[in-house]
This record gives sequence, C-alpha cells and structure tokens, in this order.
Amino acid sequence: MLAYDFIVRAYLASGIVAVVAGTVGYFLVLRGQTFAGHALSHVGFAGATGGVLIGTSPLAGLIAFTVGAGIIMGLLGERLSGRDVAIGVVLSLSLGFGLLFLSLFTTHATQATALLFGNILGVSPGMVRSLAWLGALTLAALAVISRPLLFASLQPELAEAKGVSLRLVAVLFLSLVALAVAQSVQVVGVLLVFALMVGPPAAAQLLTRRVAAGILLAAALAVADAWLGIVCAWYSDWPTTFWITAWSAAIYLAAVAVMRRRG
Amino acid sequence: MSVIAFDRVTLAIGGEAILAGVSLAIEPGQFVGVLGPNGSGKTTLMRAILGLLTPTAGALTVFGRPPARGSATIGYMPQTRSDLPTLRLTGRDFLASSLHGHRWGLPVPSTADAREIDRVIDLVGVRDLAGRPLNELSGGERQRLLLAQALMGDPRLLLLDEPLISLDPRQQHAVVELIRRLAEELHLTVLFSAHELNQLLTVIDRVLYLGNRQAALGTVDDVATPQVLSRLYGSPIDVVRVAGRIFIMSGDKDVEHENHGPHEHGHDHARL
Repeated sequence: MLAYDFIVRAYLASGIVAVVAGTVGYFLVLRGQTFAGHALSHVGFAGATGGVLIGTSPLAGLIAFTVGAGIIMGLLGERLSGRDVAIGVVLSLSLGFGLLFLSLFTTHATQATALLFGNILGVSPGMVRSLAWLGALTLAALAVISRPLLFASLQPELAEAKGVSLRLVAVLFLSLVALAVAQSVQVVGVLLVFALMVGPPAAAQLLTRRVAAGILLAAALAVADAWLGIVCAWYSDWPTTFWITAWSAAIYLAAVAVMRRRG
Repeated sequence: MSVIAFDRVTLAIGGEAILAGVSLAIEPGQFVGVLGPNGSGKTTLMRAILGLLTPTAGALTVFGRPPARGSATIGYMPQTRSDLPTLRLTGRDFLASSLHGHRWGLPVPSTADAREIDRVIDLVGVRDLAGRPLNELSGGERQRLLLAQALMGDPRLLLLDEPLISLDPRQQHAVVELIRRLAEELHLTVLFSAHELNQLLTVIDRVLYLGNRQAALGTVDDVATPQVLSRLYGSPIDVVRVAGRIFIMSGDKDVEHENHGPHEHGHDHARL
C-alpha cells in the first residue's frame, strides 16, 4: 500500500499530528482540561468554514479561531469552571455558524464532512509541510513552557507562591492546545479530536509513573492509534477516522485492564 | 528582628475584610500553632506572608522586608488538594516538578536538583517512599513527602497549612513530632495551622488564634482563656482543661469539633 503517494502522505501527516496531540494531550489530561480541547475544536469549525468563505485556507481560519478562543479561555480561567450551560451555548453556536458559512459558500458536502470527521487520505503535499512546521513550532513552544506548566498543573497553590503566573501558563498552554487541535482536525475532524488528544495520553498516564515516560508513551500510543487506523481502513474500506476512534477506545480500555490486573 | 511582623494589617478578599487592624510579631525559632474557626483567615494570613495577597491597610514585613512572591526563605505546604491521592506519579518526580519550577524550559532536574531532592527526602526519612507513586502512599506518607518538598531550598520559615487534615490520630502525632524535630534541627520558624489545639499542645511555643477579624498571639495559657476566645468567637466561650487537654466550649458544645466536621474541610479554601 506504500506504493501510493497519498497513503505515504497520510502516514506522515497523521504521524506528525499524533506526536503533537499525544504530547500536548498528556498535559491536557494531567490538568483535567480535556473539555477545553473539545471546546476549541468546535470553535475551530466556525473558523475553518469562515476561512473558506473569505478565501483563506481552512487551516488558517481554524488556527485563528482556536488560538483566539484558547487565549480567551486561559484569561477567563477559573471563571469558566461551572459554566457548563454558557460553554455549551457557545459550542453549539460555533457549530451553527460553521454550518451557516458552509451554506453561504454553497460548497460540497464533502468539505463539511472532511472538517467534521477528518480526511487523512486526502492530505496534500502542501498540507504535510504545513503540519510539519506547525508541529515543530508547537512542540518547541511546549518544551519552553513545560517546566512551569508541569509545576502549575500538579501544585497550583505552591507554583503561585513560588512566582509562577498561573494565568500566563494557562494562556500559553491553551494556545498550544489550540494549535494541536487545529492540526488534529486535519486527521480526525473537529468532532473526534478526543480520539487522539485524550485517549492515548489518558492510557499513558494509567501505565506510567514517571513524567518523561508518560509523555513518550502518550506520543507513541497516539502514533500507533493513527497508523493502525490507516492500516485497518486500507484493508476494510471503512473510514479511517472510525478506526482511529476504535483504536483510541481499545488502547484506553486495555490500559484500564492492565491497571486492574496490577491492582 | 522578627521573622514576621504585622503592624495594623488589614487583609481583605473581594472587599470583605478577613483580618482587620491586626498587629503581631513572630520571633526566630518560634513554633506557632495557627488556630481559629473555618474562614477566620488562616490560609489568607499565610498567603499574605507569601506575597500572594497585599494588605489593604497596615504594614507587613517578613524577615524585615515586604513579602515577595517566590521568596527562597519560605517553605510552603498548601492545604492538600483532593486530587493528590489519585496521582500516579512517583514522589521523586512530584518533588522535582516544584524545584525551580518557575523557570522556563524542560522539567529535567539537574545534578544539583537531584542532590537537593536526596537531601530533603533523607532529612524527612522518606527515601524509600520517593520511588513509589503518590496514589500508593498512605495519607501520612504523602504528608511527609510534602513536608520534604517544603524543605527544598533550605528555607528559614515554614508555612504549613493544615498538614494534619484527613490523617488519623496516630499519623497526626507522627507528623507533628516529625515537624517539631526538624524545626529544632534546622532552627526553623514554623507557622502550623490546625483545626484543634490539642493536636499541637505538646510542640508549640505560641498559639495564634484568629476569629472575628482579629488575632491573639501568645502562649497557650495567655490565649486559651474564656476572655480572649469569647472575643475571637464573638460568643461566650468556656475553656475546660481535662487531663492535659484543652476543650473550647460554647455552652455544652466543643466548638473545635462542632465547626470542623470533615465535610467542611474545603471551606477555608473556598474563600480564596
């Protein structure tokens, strides 16, 4: 199957995205902010379709909207907790606007499906390059903030006392989550970002006791998830995204089972 | 020079004064028990000393200077978070995350950092626990690990916010004795907040009682009196001494036990 360029590109693109999603996702799960990843992807749908509408690329619109929303969420911080209804209204409104922009553009339904559920087999060479740059940028920025991020995630009160700005860390981190979401959407779509950003990292945290091992395993499991998804899609002719969500669930359940056995 | 000096300090949260016009001085080497009803300002007082809350009136100095965030002279042990017992990271990784945790970069401890971690886990005697994940430790073991963390960087003042919470009486006694021993060996000044005076009776030099936006600092005999405590609780209080223990009674109720059921543990924190 590697004789086909589009399959090679699919492996490359999903590999890059999975490493980013798994790594960022490790901190997302550690901080108990997985819902933020979900929320950002919904906002991204309006951005992507809006981008198409005004003539820029969907990826540019996606990044503008998710990063903007990530910064706002970081600034609001604690004030967002317990505002489930307000958040839910904003999320559904974002999807609604995305639908509106799509209809104004009178585009094909395939564009909507690709954004909602991903289209890894249709990735262009240009997109692979964009993802490589974005991925490198995201990982580099995460490396820079990882020390205060880890401290603030594990012990916010103490981190604050030791001079860490919890708000700055939150804003920077959610901006990186936004970038990771924008990249993940290319693979699994806005509705299923959880499959790459939450499933593998959550499994990795169940299986490891060290931070470094946890991050590496999260990235490795996310890559395995994405690549197994492509392989299964190739042989079954079912959608890749379905297989990625299935493997994500399988990896997480297997980790829970291993945990149980260990006692 | 006093380690901590409050001169007519008012601390307010959201416009509401928690402490108003409080003056007190804590001297080097003193072991001070901080007591008072929920919401009386025990955590708030510590946050002000850490420089996380600026007084709305009065002057507050720590080691002769206004408090500054990130001071290396203060070791701080915040009230235990509820998610800590489920954390699967090893104690060593947990401690490493807080050492120079304010600096940018990768959270990889340097050789000097690793030595510092070794030093504090040996001081507290938790070397055998440091390799195990936090979710496999008992409450008392976790508290000892957190105490080791508070000692990193060789502080001269320890602020311990409710370190006895959710420990059984035997573990409470062990933790109190451990802190007393370390305070003596390392010549530390200690502020130790607790729910019940009796938990600390054997170790403290001074008691700092908070209530009704006021504070009373002195020896147990000076402060644990009906006059002082009635003023702080805002209602008539009796102090009953039985077999070396002190019970603080309002009518026929023991106020320390009445006000501090386990279900209310988060209350002090919620005010932040």
